[in-house]
Amino acid sequence: MSTSVKDRKPLGLKIGLWAFVGIWFVCAAFPFFWTLWGSFKVELDFFSIADWTNAIFGRNTADTYGTPFTLAGYDGAFVQEGFWRNGINTMIVCLCVVTISLTIGTLGGYALSRSGQKYVFWLLITALMFRALPQVALVSGYLPVFFDWNVWGYLPTAIIVLVAINQPFTLWMLHSFFESIPKDLDEAAKVDGCTQFQAFRHVIIPVMWPGVITTGLFSFLLAYNDFIVTSLILNESNRTMVPQIAAFLGTTYTEGNVMFAVAAVVSATVPLFILVMFFQRQIVSGLTAGAVKG
Amino acid sequence: MKHRTFFWFFAPTAAAMLLFIAFPIVSVVMQSLFVPHEAVLIESENCGPFGCTKSTTVDQSATEQLRAEKPLGRFAGLSIYTDRGHLAFAEVAEAWRTSDSIGAFFKELSDLPFYRAMGFTLTYTFVCTPLLIILGFAIAVAVNSLHRRLKGLMIFFSLLPMIVTPLIGSLILFWMIDSRGVLGQLIAYLADDPSLSLKASTPLMWMSLIVYGIWSSAPFAFVVFYAGLQTVPQDTLESAQIDGATRWQQIRFVVIPHLAPLVTFVALIQLMDNFRVLEPIIGFQAEAHAQSLSSFIISDLSGETQQLSSAATTSVLTIIGVAILLSPVLVRTWRDFRGGAH
Amino acid sequence: MFLKKIAMASVVSLLGSTAFAAGHGCSIDARVSIVGNEFPAIQTVGAGATECTGGEVSKNLTADHQKINLAGMQGNPAEYTTAIVANSSIVALMNDDVIRPLDDLVAKHGKDLKQNQLITINGKVMAVAFMANAQHLVYRADVLEKIGMEPPKTYEDMLAAAKKIRDMGIMENPVGGAYKAGWNLAQEFNNMFLGMGGQHFEAGTANPSINNEMGVKTLNMMKALSEYMNPDFLTHDSNATNAEYRAGNVALMNMWGSRAATLVDAEGVSDEVKNGFAIAGPMTVGGGDQAASTLWWDGWTVAKNVSDAEAEATFIAMTHAIRPAILEDGEVAKQAVWLIDGYSPTDAAVGVFAAAQMNTTPYPMLPYMGLMHTALGAELADFMQGKESAEQALADVEAAYMAAAKEKGFL
Repeated sequence: MSTSVKDRKPLGLKIGLWAFVGIWFVCAAFPFFWTLWGSFKVELDFFSIADWTNAIFGRNTADTYGTPFTLAGYDGAFVQEGFWRNGINTMIVCLCVVTISLTIGTLGGYALSRSGQKYVFWLLITALMFRALPQVALVSGYLPVFFDWNVWGYLPTAIIVLVAINQPFTLWMLHSFFESIPKDLDEAAKVDGCTQFQAFRHVIIPVMWPGVITTGLFSFLLAYNDFIVTSLILNESNRTMVPQIAAFLGTTYTEGNVMFAVAAVVSATVPLFILVMFFQRQIVSGLTAGAVKG
Repeated sequence: MKHRTFFWFFAPTAAAMLLFIAFPIVSVVMQSLFVPHEAVLIESENCGPFGCTKSTTVDQSATEQLRAEKPLGRFAGLSIYTDRGHLAFAEVAEAWRTSDSIGAFFKELSDLPFYRAMGFTLTYTFVCTPLLIILGFAIAVAVNSLHRRLKGLMIFFSLLPMIVTPLIGSLILFWMIDSRGVLGQLIAYLADDPSLSLKASTPLMWMSLIVYGIWSSAPFAFVVFYAGLQTVPQDTLESAQIDGATRWQQIRFVVIPHLAPLVTFVALIQLMDNFRVLEPIIGFQAEAHAQSLSSFIISDLSGETQQLSSAATTSVLTIIGVAILLSPVLVRTWRDFRGGAH
Repeated sequence: MFLKKIAMASVVSLLGSTAFAAGHGCSIDARVSIVGNEFPAIQTVGAGATECTGGEVSKNLTADHQKINLAGMQGNPAEYTTAIVANSSIVALMNDDVIRPLDDLVAKHGKDLKQNQLITINGKVMAVAFMANAQHLVYRADVLEKIGMEPPKTYEDMLAAAKKIRDMGIMENPVGGAYKAGWNLAQEFNNMFLGMGGQHFEAGTANPSINNEMGVKTLNMMKALSEYMNPDFLTHDSNATNAEYRAGNVALMNMWGSRAATLVDAEGVSDEVKNGFAIAGPMTVGGGDQAASTLWWDGWTVAKNVSDAEAEATFIAMTHAIRPAILEDGEVAKQAVWLIDGYSPTDAAVGVFAAAQMNTTPYPMLPYMGLMHTALGAELADFMQGKESAEQALADVEAAYMAAAKEKGFL
């Protein structure tokens, strides 16, 4: 909206607006700062079981380490437990999932937007239903087959599964994005003697990036944040970050390393911060460009 | 586009979905129709570090032949669907007969695990979805009116609850709402009840889960609406201003109609995601107070003895539930599609 | 080519024998693949097996092991040649017939194993146990001294002590318990119910028998205890309960023996808690003479759907992993109550040994016990919150169990 509109805002509205934005800011950001602060404490302080102010001043931490801040959680997670390895696995998984699902998703989404046949609707609806499935339901179907084929536990298996689970959403996003690119563009190219694929390659690919980047970001988030698939399909040595954090929390028989988990939680959130910092403009512009026309 | 060309463009994604979504569904449906064979039980003597005890075991040689003949198991038809763990026809009918008021009937119903899970899932879905849309819209309008520099910062922080891993996000909040945690203390202070604990009461736990659901999904609605606000036709807005429309009227008659298709989109995605809510229940350790359909499946799969048929049945029922939930949207999409095609 | 093979073979055997000379003494000639839980004692066993040379040894130790071990052993050949299980979880593997009898392998390679490590079912060795566990009393000696009471021998004593502690204003919620809805809550019911003299099933059948006087008494005792617990008790697993103890908020709790050794080792625990830490055997309840606890073992099995060579390699590697020599490492000796020859109980093992001497019931190894456990965990939370009567809750448990047992073909 133009600045002239804003200048005319009455004071009451302005205050209300600022208060609302301020409250939302605290709601959205406070838990993250709190966890970051707490990750430098010992467990008793972080959970503040004795007294909640301990979480701020770190009394037990100071008793143990002499200072109210300690890197013990990070040291334990990264040096002792090798959490960086899980980080590398996550990066491999995310990179592959994004690349593969965008490649096949763009082809499929483009075809859906250009076909106009009746079956397109049914394909889209099927995709929508697939999107709505609880993933837990699928994973129990995978296990016996994957064990039979000896593919259980490896990163490529998890990658392919995540790509497949991710396809419906990718297809929908890209389908509506391609709908917003005028059909005349590739029709003209076809008149000039291009095949459909050549038209796609030379005319559509150069203009599709805003929508593709946005879709890619959502794929990335799905792969990065997945818990159900990765925890049940990956072997201990191939674990990604999220199941590893769950493993730090411990089981009935044993003590977990909760502070390792907290440090790992903070570390796992950092790449997401950076990602959003760099790409927030693209998320908005990609959505604006039509990926959400529904 | 020719069918042939379409096929080649669409084949890779279709193959992926067919192999990893469609086939598993078929196998899940099969699992829900067949159950393991009757076990032949025999007396046995078990010995171990703590001495010997008389016990019972499954006679494998007797069961093996049954398995070899019918590897899928006993055909159970729909009997698993109607048993107490799922739709519980017999129990529901009994409750209907014996309870003298609707309230008593629903109380009986909520004692059955599937209906209880369904109850929470539906409440969660239908409370979270509208609220998060409203909140997301409000944030989008508010942020959009901010100064350019502040805008970037606010978008960044507003997106955080959405991008953080759901399991991690719910764990963080769970730690904070503990009765000794910072939020728990704050709430107890505000309610003037030092012994108040969110984790000890079912209504408060439901509220916490719903608040978490709104907190984590409002950013999605926000970013979609914010993107939509960038494309509001400026000339319509200006002419409305010239006509003397108030700020609220501008929003009501120009902005909201422009964003209406986006509301459908957000509602669709959020209905689906909220219907399969799982991570917050695990993260909040809320099993005593709330079960969702997904967590119900998980608990069938993670017991000492896995109940595959039961889990598969719940999965199929969830799929049916989703289809019913989405049907209004589907009908609409079908109309749009037909309208668009002509 | 042939020569090369011979050369390779001799190099391999040389390597094997040097490894032998180095004291590991474990050479195998086929694949070994382990699945199991991930606690330190099992990590030690897994690491011990990977010392073996000559065949590939892989391990997958994860808290989700029970979700994957059955699927991973049903294929042919099975992905996992061995699963590390407990007396509760071996049942699922036996029900589906995926583990093999070990008698021949014990005769051939098992001379280091003690007779009481062998888990025999109907005369056949099905698993080899390496550690024992039980829940027992953990208390604060200093607090009990303050109120002038002995460590409780019965749950009734525990209630009396808890009342006194609260009345004297020492602690608000002096009792701790892993009452988290689900597995933990069901386990506490099992302990108490067996202590009351109950049997979960009618003898020799899969018919439940918990909806009776003993069941009601059990639930009432659990409810009475929960009055002295943190109000969030239904979300407290053993980790959270221990955290309460470490923070000095809890003076009496029924806790796993495997946790005792490191309970107060964590950072930031005050000296008061460290010095007051004490353990004792499990308690009895309701005037019964049987401890209200269960005995557990952890052990390994060998998959049925693998070649005999793999089974033999697995047996050798796993036997090697639990050889008496591993106890020479003080850290390892502390990790568990080992059933291995030459183990001398540490101070932390007192509780588990007391449990064993009191003839505590082992966790029932019945084919349908797992279903009962799940049903208990799901249906008891309502009663604990005061939403329904004990009889109603027990009737719900039986109904839920019956539905599951019918599905599984036990009824």
